Parts: sequence; C-alpha cells; structure tokens
Amino acid sequence: MARRGDTRRLAFLLGPASLFLGVFFIGPLAVMVVYSFLEPGLYGGVEWNFYHWNYGRILGWADGEWEEFDAVYAQIFLRSARLALTNVAITLIICYPAAIWVSGLSARWRTMVVFLITLPFFVSLVVRLFAWVLILRPSGFLNSSLMGLGLISEPIDIIFTETAVLIGMAYILLPFMFLPLYASIEKLDRSLVEASSDLGASPLQTFFRVTLPLTLPGIAAGSVLVFIPSLGNFIVPDILGGAKVLMIGNLVEQQFLSARNWPFGSALSVMIMAVMFVLIVLYLRSMGRQEARQ
Amino acid sequence: MKADEEAQDQAASIAEVREAVKRFAAPEGGIVTALDGVSLKVRPSEFVTLLGPSGCGKTTLLRAISGFEELDAGEVRIAGAPMTGVPPHRRPVNTVFQNYALFPHLSVGDNVGYGLDVAGVPRAERNTRVGETLERIGLDGYERRRPDQLSGGQRQRVALARAIINQPKLLLLDEPLSALDRNLRKAMQLELKNLQHDLGICFVFVTHDQEEALTMSDRVAVLNAGRIEQVAAPETHYHRPATRFVAEFIGDGALFSGRVEGPAKDPVLVTADGLRFAVASGTPAGQEATLLLRPEHLEAAPKSPRASHGVIEARLEQSVFLGALHQFVCRLANGATIIAAPTGAGAGNLSEVAIGDSIRLAYRRDQPHLIPEVGDGA
Repeated sequence: MARRGDTRRLAFLLGPASLFLGVFFIGPLAVMVVYSFLEPGLYGGVEWNFYHWNYGRILGWADGEWEEFDAVYAQIFLRSARLALTNVAITLIICYPAAIWVSGLSARWRTMVVFLITLPFFVSLVVRLFAWVLILRPSGFLNSSLMGLGLISEPIDIIFTETAVLIGMAYILLPFMFLPLYASIEKLDRSLVEASSDLGASPLQTFFRVTLPLTLPGIAAGSVLVFIPSLGNFIVPDILGGAKVLMIGNLVEQQFLSARNWPFGSALSVMIMAVMFVLIVLYLRSMGRQEARQ
Repeated sequence: MKADEEAQDQAASIAEVREAVKRFAAPEGGIVTALDGVSLKVRPSEFVTLLGPSGCGKTTLLRAISGFEELDAGEVRIAGAPMTGVPPHRRPVNTVFQNYALFPHLSVGDNVGYGLDVAGVPRAERNTRVGETLERIGLDGYERRRPDQLSGGQRQRVALARAIINQPKLLLLDEPLSALDRNLRKAMQLELKNLQHDLGICFVFVTHDQEEALTMSDRVAVLNAGRIEQVAAPETHYHRPATRFVAEFIGDGALFSGRVEGPAKDPVLVTADGLRFAVASGTPAGQEATLLLRPEHLEAAPKSPRASHGVIEARLEQSVFLGALHQFVCRLANGATIIAAPTGAGAGNLSEVAIGDSIRLAYRRDQPHLIPEVGDGA
C-alpha cells in the first residue's frame, strides 16, 4: 500500500517536469537526429530518404556529385573547440583568485558580491554585446581612450577579430565559472590550509598540495559549464566577430536560416551534441569516482 | 647578577610569550580583548596546559605561538628567537588541531609524511620515518587508508603523528581530545603524557576540562578574560589557588569572603552576612580574604571540638553516594551550599544524620586555603 502511495506521489511531483521536457526537449531533439539522416529538399524542407552524406560532408565521405566533402567544416569545428577551451582558461584564471578573495570577505559582503556577479543577467545579452561593439570599434571607447592617452597613434583592430570574440564570450560566461568555483572554495575547510602551513608548506606549496586538489570539483564543474555554451555559441561571433570569425554555431545558424539545408544543419548540431555528451559523461564519471573515494 | 639570571632563564625557555596583547573586532561591533598582557614561559620538555572557560583567550594564545594570529603588542620567542613577522610555515612548532584537520584527499601515510614531503626529504628516508611514526602511535599498516575510513580515535592519532614527525621544538595541541568519548579520552590522556615523556619535546595543551589539565600537566596556566590568573603545578592550583577564579574553576569547594578578626591565636574570618570561620592561627587581623573549604576538609564535628578545629553549623540537604566517596550537601544559615566529603571515620558519623536535620561540621583550621584579597580581587 505504502509503495503504491509513494509511486503516485512521485508521479505527481515529477510528472509536470517530465512532460515539459518530453514535449519541448526530447521531442525536438529526436526530430533533429532524424532530420540529420534525411535528404535535403530542393527548395528547403526534407525528402524522406535515408541519407548519410550529411555526415559525409563533415567527416570525409561524400558522393562528390550532390555533396562535396570540405575540410572547412572540421576546421571551423576545431576553431570553435580551440576558442571554447581558451575561454575556459581565461575565465578560470580570472575567477579563481576572485573566488578566493570573495570567500575571505564577511558574510554580508559575500552575498553582495554574488548578487553583483549575477546582476548582468538582468540586461538582455544582445544589448550587453552591443555595448562591447561600442567599446571595441575603431572610434570606440577603448581606442579613443588609448589614443587620448597617447599610447597608440592609430586605432587598433580589435572588433571583428578572435580577440573580440574571446572578450565577449569570457564576459558573458564569467558567472558560470565563478559560481561553482566560489561554491567549492567557500566549502574548503580553512583549518586544512592552516594545517598545511603549520607543517611547513609555503603558501605556494599549500595551494598546489591542498587548495587546488580540494577545489578540483568546482574547477571541473565551471569548465564544463563554460565550455559547452562557448562551443555552440553563435551570438557572440555574430556580433563581435563579424563575418570573419565563423564558429560552429554560426554555421548551424546559416544552414537553418540562410541555406535552408535543415538536414545538414541537424547533422552539425548532432556533432556538437556528441562532443558535449562525451564531455559530460567523462565529467560525471570522474565526479562519481571522487565521491566513491570520499 | 639579575641580568645574568635572566639570560640563563631565557636560554632555558623553549618558548616565551611576553606581555601579549591581542584585540579582535567583534562581529556585533566593539572590540574584544582576547589577550590582555599575557606572559608565559615554557621550559624544556615540559607539559604546559592552558586552562580556562571558552572565550578566555587560550586558543588565541596558542595561535599566537603557532603564528596564525599576529599580536597587537608584546612578542613570542621560540628557542630564544623572536617570532614577530615570522609566518607559521617558518616556525619550529607543529599543531594538533581541534578537528584534526586531516587532508581528506591524502592517505594516512601521505598525511603523516606531509611535513617531510614539503621539506623535500628523500623518498626512502621519508618512508622510513612515516613507518616509524605510525608504529609509535600504534597505527602501523594503516599507510594506505584514507582519513574517512578511520575511527575518531585513529584520526586523532594520525593528527598526532603528522605533527610530531617534523620533530618540532614545541607541540601545540588545541583541545585535541574534546571530540572523543569519555573512556577513549581517559586512555589518550595517559598516552599523550607518555608520548610527551618519550619524545622529550614540550607540549602546550589547550583545554577547558580541568580534570584533563590536572591529569596530564607539569604546569597549568589558568586563563580568565585574556589574563593569566595563575601558573603553577596542578597540586598548587588545587590546594593553594592564587585567586578566587582559580579556586572556583578547579575542583569543588565553597568560598567565603570576609575580613579576618580576633587575636592572632584564634583568628576568625567574618563574612558580610555574619558567618564566622576559624582560620589558621597567625593570620593577621584586618585582612580581607577568601576562605576555600574543599569537601574533603569537612567531617562531622565531635561533641566537644578541639581549638585546632573550626566548626560550621548547617542543615543536611542531600546525601549523594558516589562510589569511592560519599557527599553530603549542606546548607548554611545564609543560604550558601557547602559540600562535605569526609574520608575515613568522619563519613560514618554523617551517614546517621537524617536529611533536613541540623548538623555540625568541623575542619582543621590550618587546612583550608585562605586567598588574600589583592586590589579589586575579582
């Protein structure tokens, strides 16, 4: 009897979320995976034939007649991965010291800082990125200040470069690195750091032998949370990279909106998802191992 | 001559705290003075305990020695060398932390070998010393275990091993036994004492448990409100406390403050509410003082008490059997409670008194300690 009651309660509690995810997440995902194996229609849309050349175009087998293999897709993919990894490194380097500093503040100030870090979410992403366009463009704030100070004589090219894309991505994804890092650093037992120091370890030794290994879960969580949206991002390269810095997300966007080749766009999306899926599985497994050890 | 003595004294002290002052900003505003001019010397191979209620400054004093707190005034010297501005990792002391602070991501062996690893001791020597140290504390064969696989007592031992492997001049222990259950705590007390004796290094032990302090220490420093009340051997604290606070904090006993009156042959302490207690002959009259009556000083008074004894009129309130001894809780005319725990024949006489009956207690007048009132005398 009790078991049946439990089941009913569970169904009641989890039902709405499951239904929502089923209809609006799993469903579209399945449609996309199916589309990636269909033939593109001549004027957009799809023909219901099994068609693996979508993947052939990306990975190197194509019939050479209707579908061309082009290494550029793999290159764009690799560039996206490189930019995403660089972004992880940038946000990590910025956030780690900051999180250590914040965790040392008084409780009131800690809450204040965490609030401030989430504050940018109140403003539309596109608006915030256009602010960066105004800052970085040749006649923008950055160049005019540098020229006003006499540090440069001509505007430097930042906007529509990889640098601009990295600045923008680091800017929007900083909170996703900071919050998990901060959570794990704040959880770190201060007496362990003191014990290390007491046993003769210099601050640097303490950092590498105690602080870093014990905050590794936060580093891993933050890295995954930053890497995934970086890899598939298309808004930042669109606005700050112009036409010059194409990332995999832009490619997908073009296939769906401009080229109207939905199956090929779906195939590209499935590739991105596969990489993320592998990453998340690796992350969860390493976390599971760590938990089993503790 | 005096300077010479001082120099000798300094060479002989392993650690010395001089006029230490430490103030904190309290979270609710205002300033808390944790250390208010504390001076203390630790002699070679001595077991010193800092004893006091919570908030008395004992942990702050320990942290000032280990270097985790910088003093506002005064200084700490270790083996004669001034420690002001020396960070914790450069001080020749090690600490056993209250919650052990074992590294959860390292094995027992790596925890114990941590101090050697950061000092760059060669692997072979390091492994030998880790093995020896673990053997010494009775945990040989536990190298590969993780701290969370150990019991509380075993963790305590690992924390101890980790702290002594560096062979510090001074081992600081911050209430290391408070998390253990009573039986284990008793066993560890004796073990710690033996370990200290074998190693020959100084232990500075912090506790709020007076029994622990009396059991283990060569000397006990009783702290109260950031000041040291008395530094002495446990016996001295018990029998001849220097202040009222020490008398109240250590052991059971009743305290009566008053003024000494009467002739030198038969002086009497008279309290504000008129109670009279005979005190040791020769006590100068006119002195303000506090009399400490320990339970074991009191016994049933004979029919005609001798002049060498003081007599107290009381009423028996309760009789408590404690195994080895029997306590009689009595109430005096002014409402104060006094406990008698006579040894030997005196106990039998008291057992015959019914609860609620009046009773006469006697003590040898030279036995109870008289604490002279100094200054504000608090």
